[in-house]
Amino acid sequence: MIEKRPLATWFSHTVLILGVAVVAFPIWITFVGASHDAIRMPQVPLPLLPGDQFFINLKAAFVEGVGNAKEQSVGIMMFNSLIMALMIAGGKIAISLLSAFAIVYFRFPFRMIFFWMIFITLMLPVEVRILPTFEVVANLGMLNNYWGLTVPLIASATATFMFRQVFLTVPDELLEAARIDGAGPMRFFKDILLPVSRTNIAALFVILFIYGWNQYLWPLLITTDKSMYTIVMGIKQMLEAAEEAPEWHLIMMTTLLAMIPPVLVVIGMQKLFIKGLTETEK
Amino acid sequence: MIKRTHFKSSPLPYLLVAPQILITVAFFIWPASQAVYQSMLLEDPFGLKSEFIWFENYVLLFSDEIYFSTFLRTVVFSSLVAFLSLSIALLLAATADHVVRGTRTYRTLLIWPYAVAPVVAGTIWMFIFDPTLGIVSYFLHGIGYEWNHRLNGNQAMALIVLAATWKQISYNFLFFLAGMQAIPKSLIEAAAIDGAGPARRFWTIIFPLISPTTFFLMVMNIVYAFFETLGIVHAVTKGGPAKATEILVYKVFNDGFIGLDLGGSAAQSVILMLIVITLTVIQFRYIERKVEY
Amino acid sequence: MARVLIENITKSYGETEVLHGINTDISDGEFIVIVGPSGCGKSTLLRMIAGLEDISSGTISIDGRVVNTLEPKDRDIAMVFQNYALYPHMTVFKNMAYGLKLRKFSKKNIKIRVHQAAKLLQLEELLERKPRQLSGGQRQRVAMGRCIVREPKVFLFDEPLSNLDAKLRVQMRLELRKLHKRLKVTSIYVTHDQVEAMTLGDRLVVINDGYAEQIGPPLELYEKPASIFVAGFLGSPAMNFISAQISADGKTAQLSEDVKVPVANPLSKQGITEKKVTFGIRPEHFSLSDKEKTGLPLRVDHAEFHGASTMIYGRLPGNDELITVRLPHIHHISPETVLMLTALPEHIHIFDQKTGKRI
Repeated sequence: MIEKRPLATWFSHTVLILGVAVVAFPIWITFVGASHDAIRMPQVPLPLLPGDQFFINLKAAFVEGVGNAKEQSVGIMMFNSLIMALMIAGGKIAISLLSAFAIVYFRFPFRMIFFWMIFITLMLPVEVRILPTFEVVANLGMLNNYWGLTVPLIASATATFMFRQVFLTVPDELLEAARIDGAGPMRFFKDILLPVSRTNIAALFVILFIYGWNQYLWPLLITTDKSMYTIVMGIKQMLEAAEEAPEWHLIMMTTLLAMIPPVLVVIGMQKLFIKGLTETEK
Repeated sequence: MIKRTHFKSSPLPYLLVAPQILITVAFFIWPASQAVYQSMLLEDPFGLKSEFIWFENYVLLFSDEIYFSTFLRTVVFSSLVAFLSLSIALLLAATADHVVRGTRTYRTLLIWPYAVAPVVAGTIWMFIFDPTLGIVSYFLHGIGYEWNHRLNGNQAMALIVLAATWKQISYNFLFFLAGMQAIPKSLIEAAAIDGAGPARRFWTIIFPLISPTTFFLMVMNIVYAFFETLGIVHAVTKGGPAKATEILVYKVFNDGFIGLDLGGSAAQSVILMLIVITLTVIQFRYIERKVEY
Repeated sequence: MARVLIENITKSYGETEVLHGINTDISDGEFIVIVGPSGCGKSTLLRMIAGLEDISSGTISIDGRVVNTLEPKDRDIAMVFQNYALYPHMTVFKNMAYGLKLRKFSKKNIKIRVHQAAKLLQLEELLERKPRQLSGGQRQRVAMGRCIVREPKVFLFDEPLSNLDAKLRVQMRLELRKLHKRLKVTSIYVTHDQVEAMTLGDRLVVINDGYAEQIGPPLELYEKPASIFVAGFLGSPAMNFISAQISADGKTAQLSEDVKVPVANPLSKQGITEKKVTFGIRPEHFSLSDKEKTGLPLRVDHAEFHGASTMIYGRLPGNDELITVRLPHIHHISPETVLMLTALPEHIHIFDQKTGKRI
């Protein structure tokens, strides 16, 4: 601290605590909602303190399923979300690593053309090209499966740029030493480049896992088969299924379950998360 | 751009970029060019006949009052979200940077909404503001204010602004805090010795020094509000009531998938792409400037 | 171990030629130092020998085999880099073993070789450490070890000591010299530090602006520099250069109107009598004149004590050049004193003013 101003410090703490409270308030309400039963829900006002039905609701969500006909287990939806998140994060990292490697370490015809082609993807978020992309996926017969869910989302300019940046900071001498030691391109990639950039890979993985898990519109369009639903879009389906009298206690339980994995990732790997966020967005 | 030493040219680099390029062509460049092409077609809803009409879809759009009001609404929505989330995040970051003890704890407690999907955020706020049983609408009723975002367009707009802002605060907070902590302590100390109190230091030293971060976040927030909030709108209001919350990206989706006006939707997509391209170029300009800085 | 033959090597980047026809014959087991100011092309030459840069024209052969188009790994060389280029994620053992592993040596063989090298370099205690846990000198030794285990025909060194502090540099220089005596592997060493060059090399190649100015043993280069550049580059403090005219009989050099210096070997034959030349003499090749009235009258500007010697800076009459003189022992000399000096005739160098070449 630079000077002693207890008042300013107290003011700061007050603002921060208020901020934390405002940020946390919706989650508290979610938790409270998820811990009461169907009878308590429609009674006004809603409780502000948790009830005793949390584990019963949890069991209901997993075993009996949620949604209109209760055929939808949250477990399956979470599993689908997990597969989707892992495939998107893994796929993006894999193809970005390879193309960044080619662009930085090789000089070949059309190199810049490829570079700009990848760059273009930065400018085309899925939301603005959703209809024609959907048609392509439908024509390729990729509806209702993991490939359709993930492959169209795994081209990534930001990840490629980030790895390009990382590779450019790897000293040239490392490559030269490896060449003198007898390593070919793929050897160098596997033995030197990957281990050297492992924290960057981990940081990016954290960001991309959250990105993948939270996909909403795309799965909504690609999956019509209930066994392929992901949890984030499942919530929407639940809201829709019970337009008149939503089962709020189960919806809140599902909502809670939908955010727990990515939130745990952010909090548990905070350092990597911050590194990933500030590096990819540069 | 490229290393001093590099591997000899061979088929290998082509194999390495192939997966990325294939996906880019199949799912980005081809659909985008299709969008451009379709935006010049007049197609009947069953896709049986189509007619090439050049820019008529665009002409139609620009003369469409509904489109114009959607555009205005999007600008209002984005400005509100950007302004609110940036201001709140700035306040929190400044105070978190000011306190000596607990900065990291506060950071942990403030960043996690980043991990919450927009649609999840929307659902939770919808529950809180549910006209019949929501806890906040109950209190509002208590003080004599009737809340029903299903009927009142302004309230619906307020709700999606709230949900979108809430989710974005953590992102902005993180970048602001990182920017502030990158300022050398000695600079702040020098200002304190010169006699500047905390508030004055903030406005004369810290705020000007983090202006690159602020600018970057402004662009990112506009992109976020323009595109990524589709989930929130879709889950919470479906653009209603009476199109009161229909923003551009939702209209593209709605006109294309629900209204089946393919040409019009495609033309809207192309306009959105132009907006993203403009924003990206602005952002890259900024990065170039930052390099000198 | 091998002979390295460098014939007419040039290097061009597009239109600009940066190395102009370098020729050197490095014999088996020799320690040769390529020395020159930064940007002169010395590192490029080394990297061409290593195979890290393409050769524009000319040939390089190692052990009788032309290696122009061979990959670095097939040239049977090893290289120590300026920043060591240790693999940051591998332990010292793995760093040293990597090249052997890629050459499909057996695990047992790798272990034997790495431990031998580690013993030689006193790295045995550090084998399980990562590079970032090592000091500068230790990293340097690991980089050496990585070369030794391969038992290559040629060692290449690219300014390996320039990242170390002064004291460590002297120590590592000695170690390098000892190591070379033991292993007797042909070594090519690039540096910009003339002290390193003089103390390490069996022979030096002095490069300036892409030309090899002179090649020879250190002492020969010091005593008989072939050009003004070599004369000025080697030796510290640098040689004094004064514009002069040779007398008609070729026996004296006239530095200014009143100052004449006798030269050792009469220069009448070279056809430079009564012409302008550059007269060079090293600071250590002056002595105080016995007679009070004869010699070079140096008006002292200031003096510095260096412990074992005294450095005197001053000017000769009719000449604005600051002359450096090094006298052994301590002399108390106040500014503006006029010292009578003798330039040792056998240590006087005369250079052509136009070409810069020695006469």
